[in-house]
Amino acid sequence: MNRILLEMKNITKTFPGVKVLDNVNLKVGEGEIHALVGENGAGKSTLMNILSGIYPYGTYEGDIIFDGEICKFINIKSSEEKGIVIIHHELALIPYMTIGENLFLGNERGRKGAINWNETYGKADTLLRTVGLRESSRTLVKDIAVGRQQLVEIAKALAKKARLLILDEPTASLNESDSKALLDLLLEFKKNGMTSIIISHKLNEISYVADKITVIRDGSTIETLDKRKDDISEVRIIKGMVGRELSDRFPKRKEKNIGDIKMEVSDWTVYHPLYTERKVVDNVSINVRSGEVVGIAGLMGSGRSELVMSIFGKSYGTNITGTLKINGETVRLNTVKDAIRKKLAYVTEDRKGNGLILSNPIKINTTLSNLGAVSRHSIIDKDKEYAVAVQYKQKLNTKCTTVEQKVGNLSGGNQQKVLLSKWMFADPDILMLDEPTRGIDVGAKYEIYCIINNLAAEGKSVIMISSELPEVLGMCDRIYIMNEGRMAGELNGKEASQELIMSYILKSGKESK
Amino acid sequence: MMENGKNIIRKYTMVLVLLLVTLFFAWVTHGKMLLPQNVNNLIAQNAYVFILAAGMLLCILTGGNIDLSVGSIVCFVGAVGGTLMVKSGWNIFICILVMLLTGAVIGVWQGFWIAYVRIPPFIVTLAGMFIFRGLSNVVLQGMTIAPMPDKYLNLFSSYIPDILGGGGNFNLTCMVFGIAGCLVYIIVILKNRRNKAKNGYEMEKPAGVIIKGIVICIAILAFTFRLAQHKGIPMVLIWVAAIIAIYAYITSKTTMGRYFYAVGGNEKATRLSGINTNKVYFIAYLNMAFLAAVAGMVTIARLNSSNPTAGTNYEMDAIGSCFIGGASAYGGIGTIPGVVIGAILMGVINLGMSIVGVDANYQKVVKGLVLLAAVIFDVVSKRERSR
Repeated sequence: MNRILLEMKNITKTFPGVKVLDNVNLKVGEGEIHALVGENGAGKSTLMNILSGIYPYGTYEGDIIFDGEICKFINIKSSEEKGIVIIHHELALIPYMTIGENLFLGNERGRKGAINWNETYGKADTLLRTVGLRESSRTLVKDIAVGRQQLVEIAKALAKKARLLILDEPTASLNESDSKALLDLLLEFKKNGMTSIIISHKLNEISYVADKITVIRDGSTIETLDKRKDDISEVRIIKGMVGRELSDRFPKRKEKNIGDIKMEVSDWTVYHPLYTERKVVDNVSINVRSGEVVGIAGLMGSGRSELVMSIFGKSYGTNITGTLKINGETVRLNTVKDAIRKKLAYVTEDRKGNGLILSNPIKINTTLSNLGAVSRHSIIDKDKEYAVAVQYKQKLNTKCTTVEQKVGNLSGGNQQKVLLSKWMFADPDILMLDEPTRGIDVGAKYEIYCIINNLAAEGKSVIMISSELPEVLGMCDRIYIMNEGRMAGELNGKEASQELIMSYILKSGKESK
Repeated sequence: MMENGKNIIRKYTMVLVLLLVTLFFAWVTHGKMLLPQNVNNLIAQNAYVFILAAGMLLCILTGGNIDLSVGSIVCFVGAVGGTLMVKSGWNIFICILVMLLTGAVIGVWQGFWIAYVRIPPFIVTLAGMFIFRGLSNVVLQGMTIAPMPDKYLNLFSSYIPDILGGGGNFNLTCMVFGIAGCLVYIIVILKNRRNKAKNGYEMEKPAGVIIKGIVICIAILAFTFRLAQHKGIPMVLIWVAAIIAIYAYITSKTTMGRYFYAVGGNEKATRLSGINTNKVYFIAYLNMAFLAAVAGMVTIARLNSSNPTAGTNYEMDAIGSCFIGGASAYGGIGTIPGVVIGAILMGVINLGMSIVGVDANYQKVVKGLVLLAAVIFDVVSKRERSR
């Protein structure tokens, strides 16, 4: 048993009216990777915010013992001085500054307010090598890919002489190969004695990397699993998280009723909106039948979102060519309005940025894309609007006090349901869902899957983009695989497997080189 | 119950503040503040603020964008109108049409750059502020044109004649208007509730509705009573009331109104919901310049002249009213009733300080502090709620 580096003892935290943490205990040994799992709203982030001083000493009960002494952190700075560094899943880098400037932001190299740039960039380059990045530290952050930005975040933590790294959903926006690289980096750090706490929804990653797993549910610690002693399979972790065995992660559709081809896209090519000579989607053809769930698999940046967004009323890209047929008829959709009129819907992957108006109540978000249906002569019937919102709230089982509640105050899973309500209310025949379960917990995912199945059972066509291969395999009748803007293959849902999909991606990658 | 009380206070803070400030000035001025003459002045002096603030709210809703050019547009439109009416002697109705058209053309000009070329509104309207102030001087050749034709003044700065004949110093027509206003309000509320009951929708608690109704009716009656004791309903009040009513309706009940809020809340999401966000911006600025033209018409009537400095700082009064009235500096939040309260509050403070005889420079200091306090209150109370 190695030495305990951090102990959080009987932590209780109450917000006005709610107890979010109730006697939580967490023990992290030196040099281990400790995973913290739990459904959204279970209290993981609150616990980490207490540890990093965002909720200062005095606003919670219980003790934090770090390296043998009781700590009373009053802000982030005071926890960082001890070597506790938190990396949030929303990247906190400034795009128009260089990597070097970002690494030492608030921690500048130099003396008396004057910055020593040689030292800054010299040290930055060393740090970048440590995290396996071969970029120059003088590159602007905006010019490197998201996966690499995440590594810069880690380098930034190292610059602060971290002893305990806390990573909150570090791989949420990374593709599989970047995620793997990041996790391997953590394992590498472990060999050098670094201690890490990782919060993640991706259980396969946790099984891969963690030594111990603490499960939090409803603000209490349920159990701590030890890799050496306990079973840490995904099924076992899920059981701890939801308190019951989730025997089937993907609900089965009872009756499949796949009909004629509903939408057919052929020879679709899209160019980048800014770098107009760059092809983002290259001569892609897909189709979807009514009552069918079609998946598009592929790595981040493979052009999947760009493909469906360009179909959806040219909301992405320039110089779009190709033909689009709906019900066998060639159509041109120049605006989003045209697309909605032709009964298309695009449910964005970025629900906060592109999907919802967070400052507005549920009811206003629900009706936004089909306001005409609750108004007469462009005068809104507010009572009808309210009724519609309530109806969808019940249909999708959205958890909220009333439909007047602001969407920004809902959990990720419930926000996703509001977003789905909005597009279901627009009454589409073809739904294009972009990462419909990103960043939401296991229970809510299951509910979203049920909704998708119901839509298909009603005869709607569903195109589902997802980076989680098990989800694509579990849900889809047919799977397209895209890579670097091109179609890399098409598989029947039954014959598909993770290995097969990856091999298609790799093969297409080689061909293009 | 405590929670409930807190919520009510939070929701109607500005109304309470307005009440307290009014009482304060009534006390300091020994009741002069509430004399019929002064109640009338409150409307006449601030008509332009109400008109401009209604338009400014739409601009602010789209994302905290303000229009700096309105003061200059007021002046320019007034200059055009004054020149045509007085120097060229055109028919006043044609002149009014020309003035409104001028406003609309300016709106198209600014709206185009803002909405379709995406030049930041701050820049476009700052440019407009210089351009139209300059052009006013060109049109007026640096001089003041006065007086305006009587027929024109009758439209804006006279009073509705007492057709019912109240006799003496009391304008019966005015009072009848007030009572009719209350009745219409009550009928609309009742009809609304019956409709909700019929369709089985959720209703507000009756106690709250009754209290709110009583307060509003008393306010209307007291207000019209004071006006009746003076000269009756000023013409300009009709204009202002009509504009407020129209914009309150547009923002709260129509799809177009909803789009202003949506764009301010999240423009990308709005665009991906099939709404033409460029058009929303365009309409906001087109409308603003149009209302500035209306304010210009009111202003030359009130001043009984067109002069090259008219309308100076009017944009600031309109912007201030919006923010005091609870509009969010980030867009997406704000209502016409709120803005009206904000504008009245500014007007009461102005008028009260003038009666007390506070130095004009200090009046500006006080106005600035009130604006800052209102926004600080808004930001802080929101932060507390989200905790």
